[in-house]
Amino acid sequence: MREVAVVGVGCTRFGELWNRSLRDLVVEAGIEALEDCGVGGEEIDALFVGNMSSGQFTKQEHIGCLIADYAGLASFHIPSVRVEGACASGGLAMHQAFLAVASGYYDVVVAAGVEKMTDVSTEDATDALAAASDREWEGFAGATFPGLYAMIARLHMHRYGTTREQLALVSVKNHANAVHNPKAQYRRNVSVEDVLNSPIVADPLRVLDCSPITDGAAAVVLAPLDIASEYTDTPIRVKASACATSTISLHDREDITTLDATKEAAKRAYSMAHISPADVDIAEVHDCFTIAEICAIEDLGFCAKGEGGKMTEDGETEIGGKIPVNTSGGLKACGHPVGATGIKQIVEVVQQLRGEAGKRQVDGAELALTHNVGGSGGTAVVHILSR
Amino acid sequence: MVVGLVSYGVYIPRYRIKIEEIARVWGKDPEPIIRGLRVREKSAPDIDEDTVTIAVEAARYSVKRAGIDPRRIGALYVGSESHPYAVKPTGTIVAEAIGATPHLTVADYEFACKAGTAAMQTCYALVKADMIDLGMAIGADVSQGAPNDALEFTAAAGGMAAIIGKGNDVIAEIEHTLSYTTDTPDFWRREGQPYPEHGGRFTGEPAYFKHIYNATKMLLDATSTTPEDYRYVVFHQPNGKFPMNVAKKLGFTEQQLLPGLVVGRLGNTYSASSMIGLAAVLDKAEPGDRILMTSFGSGAGSDTFSFVVRDTIEKIRVKEVPTVEELLSSPIYLDYALYAKHKNKIKF
Amino acid sequence: MSVPMFWREIPSRYNLSGSRCTMCGAYHYPARNICPKCRRSGKIEPYNFGGTGEVVTYTVVNTPAKRFEKYTPYILAIIKLDEGPKITAQLVCEPEDVKIGMRVRAVFRKMGESGERGIIYYGTKFVPA
Repeated sequence: MREVAVVGVGCTRFGELWNRSLRDLVVEAGIEALEDCGVGGEEIDALFVGNMSSGQFTKQEHIGCLIADYAGLASFHIPSVRVEGACASGGLAMHQAFLAVASGYYDVVVAAGVEKMTDVSTEDATDALAAASDREWEGFAGATFPGLYAMIARLHMHRYGTTREQLALVSVKNHANAVHNPKAQYRRNVSVEDVLNSPIVADPLRVLDCSPITDGAAAVVLAPLDIASEYTDTPIRVKASACATSTISLHDREDITTLDATKEAAKRAYSMAHISPADVDIAEVHDCFTIAEICAIEDLGFCAKGEGGKMTEDGETEIGGKIPVNTSGGLKACGHPVGATGIKQIVEVVQQLRGEAGKRQVDGAELALTHNVGGSGGTAVVHILSR
Repeated sequence: MVVGLVSYGVYIPRYRIKIEEIARVWGKDPEPIIRGLRVREKSAPDIDEDTVTIAVEAARYSVKRAGIDPRRIGALYVGSESHPYAVKPTGTIVAEAIGATPHLTVADYEFACKAGTAAMQTCYALVKADMIDLGMAIGADVSQGAPNDALEFTAAAGGMAAIIGKGNDVIAEIEHTLSYTTDTPDFWRREGQPYPEHGGRFTGEPAYFKHIYNATKMLLDATSTTPEDYRYVVFHQPNGKFPMNVAKKLGFTEQQLLPGLVVGRLGNTYSASSMIGLAAVLDKAEPGDRILMTSFGSGAGSDTFSFVVRDTIEKIRVKEVPTVEELLSSPIYLDYALYAKHKNKIKF
Repeated sequence: MSVPMFWREIPSRYNLSGSRCTMCGAYHYPARNICPKCRRSGKIEPYNFGGTGEVVTYTVVNTPAKRFEKYTPYILAIIKLDEGPKITAQLVCEPEDVKIGMRVRAVFRKMGESGERGIIYYGTKFVPA
C-alpha cells in the first residue's frame, strides 16, 4: 500500500441554488479542484462520486457516467462510480478513491460529492432523506430523522444530564464559524435564545438544532504521495481512511446514545495513523443535528461518554479551544448537501492544514480528522490527514 | 347440545363529546335535547381509530377473556355501517389480527344497527350445525351523523365481539333466537354519501317500535315465557327514551332494563349498540340469570335472543379485559373542532 | 409503501410476529433471515411477541413524516419489549405523561393510508399499561 496525498480541492457555494443543476454543481467543484493542482482532465484515472439520492431528488440514476460525461471526460472513457451510504456517501467516495490510489491500481483519482436537494419540495426532500433509516421498521412507524436524533438527545439528557443549552451551543459555535466561510449556506450568528426559541421540530430538537436542506458539491484530487509534488507545494497526506457499519435502525443499537460505527471507524483510523485522539488538532464532525456533534466528540474519543455537552460548553471545541470542531460551520451552518458533505469536510481540513483557511484558520494545525455518518449511525467514515 | 356465548369483548374509544358542546356549535338549547334523548355525551374515536381498529380491539379482548386458541374460530363476521372499505372486508383484517387465518370463512355484514346480531345468528347456526367449532360475531361502528342533524347528538363509536361455541365452553346459552323483518325505509345511506338520511318521526312507531315489539313478542310466545321470566332485558339503544318506552309496552320493568342501558354515557354505537348493552349485563349477571336481547336495524328488522347464564361465567371475568363500566370511566372530552377532526368531517 | 411491501409484513405489523434463534436464545423483531449472533450456525424459528415492554426513549414529533400529517403531533418512542428486542413505535398518550421506563402494551391502530383511494395501513402502537 503506498501513501496517498490530497493535491487539489474545490467546493461550490452551499445553499438553495435554484440556477444550478446537479451537473452544474459537480462540474464547478471538479474544475476548481483540478485548477487548484494543475491536473489536466486527460490525467484523471478514475472518478468516484458520493451522492445519496439523485434518483429521489432528480429522478436521475447512473450519475457516475453522467458526471464524467458532463465533466468533458466522455472521450477518455474513465471508470466513474457513484458511491452511496446515505449521508456518508461523500466519505465513502473518499475512501474508495483512497483505496484506488493506495492499492497502486490508479494514480490520479478524483473523489467528488454532490447533492441537488431543492428540485423537490421540502416535504419530498425530507421523505427522501428518511430512506437512510429503516423504511420498514422505523419509517412505517412515522420516524423522521429529527425524530430519531431527538430520541438520542432525550436519552442523552436523561442519562448524562446534557442540557438544552449545551445542545444549542453547538449551533451557536458552528454558525459563528460559518460567518468566516465564504462557501457556507448561513453566514450569520445565532444566539442560544435564538435556538431555544426556534420552532420545535421533534422535541427536544428545534429548527436551529437541525442541519438544512442544501444544494452543493465538493471535489478533491488524490495522487500517490511520491508524485504529489508535481501538482502542489503542499500535498496533504491521507494517513488513515476507515469506515464501519452498525445496525441500520437506531433501536437495534446496544446503547442508543453511542454510535458504534463511529467508535469502530475511529479506532481503525487511529490505529492506521498510529495516533490517539489527543493528537488531533482539528476535526470536521457530522453534526446533522446538534446532538450528533455532542455524540461525535464523545465517540471519537475527544472526551468521555456523556461529557460532550460540558466539553462544548467549556469552549474546548471553539477555534482557539483544545480541539476546534467544525470550523467550516459544520453541517448546521455550512449546509448539508448530503453526498457532498464528506468531501467538503476533506476540503476544509486540507485548507486548514495548508494554512489557507483565512479568518477561521486554526494556528499550527498539523493533524486533522474528518467524521462522516450515514443515517442515524449505520455507517461512519473517519479520515485522518496531516501536513 | 348447549350452544351459546363462549366469550365476549368490548372496546370503546377514550374520547367523548358532550351534547352541550354539539348544541353550542349549532345554536341549540341543550337541555331539552338531553332530556328528550336521555343522552349526556357520546364516544368518539381517536384520530387513528376506525371500525377496523375498534373491531380488532374488541375481538382481541374476547379471545383473551376466555383464553381461546384463535385457530378454533371457523367463521368471523363483522357487522357495521362504517366499514372503512366499500369493497374489501373488515373481517379479514380482524381475522389476521387475532391469528385466526387462514382456515375460516369471513364476510362483512350490513343491516344498519343490527348487523352484529345478524352475525351472531349466523355463527349460532354454523355451530349448531356442527360446521364450525367457534364463530365470532362482531358489531362495530364509528357512526356518522350529519352536522346540525339530530343524529349528530348520538352517533357514537364502539365495538363488541361475541364468540359462540358449544358444550362446556359456553358461559351463556342461547336458548332461542328469531327475527322479524320487513322492508321499511326508516333510515338509509346511499353509496358515496358521507351521512345517512332518516325519516324523523317515521323511525319510531313503524320502525323501531314495530320490529322490536313484534320480534320480542314472537320470542316470548315461541319459548312460552313472560317478561317476569327474565332477569335482564336489553334493547337496541338509539337514545335513552325508546328502550324505556318499548320495555314498558312489552311489560318489562326499569329494574330489568337499566343495567344494560348504557346509551346515556356512550351514545348510539349502531351495530354495537345492543351488543354492548348485552356485555354490560354479562359483566354483572349471575349463573341462572335469563337475559332477553332484541336488536333493531333500520331497513328494517329485529333479531331477538334469549340467553341463560351458566356457572362458567365466573371463569371468564378476568381483570386484563375491561368491563363496560371500566371502558366508560376516565373519558377524555373533546371540543367540537377536535371532534370534527377526529371524525374526518374536515376534508383536506 | 407499495401494496405488496405492506402486505408481506402484515403478521409483523399486526401481531408483532418476529423470530428467535434456538441456538443462542436471542429474540428478533422483525424476524431475521439469519441470526445476528450465530449467523449460519443459528436456527431461526417464528415467535409472536406478547406486546408488553417499557419506554427507552421518546420524542414528540411536530414536523411529521409523509402520510402522518393528520396525526401530528405524535409521540415516537423506542420501546424495549419484555423478551428483549427494541422497536420503534408510536405511543398513544398525552406527551406530559410519557416517562422513560414507563410500562406499555400493544394496541391496533391506523398507521395512515395511501391517499383517499389507496389502501389503509394498520399496525401496532403502544399505550401506557
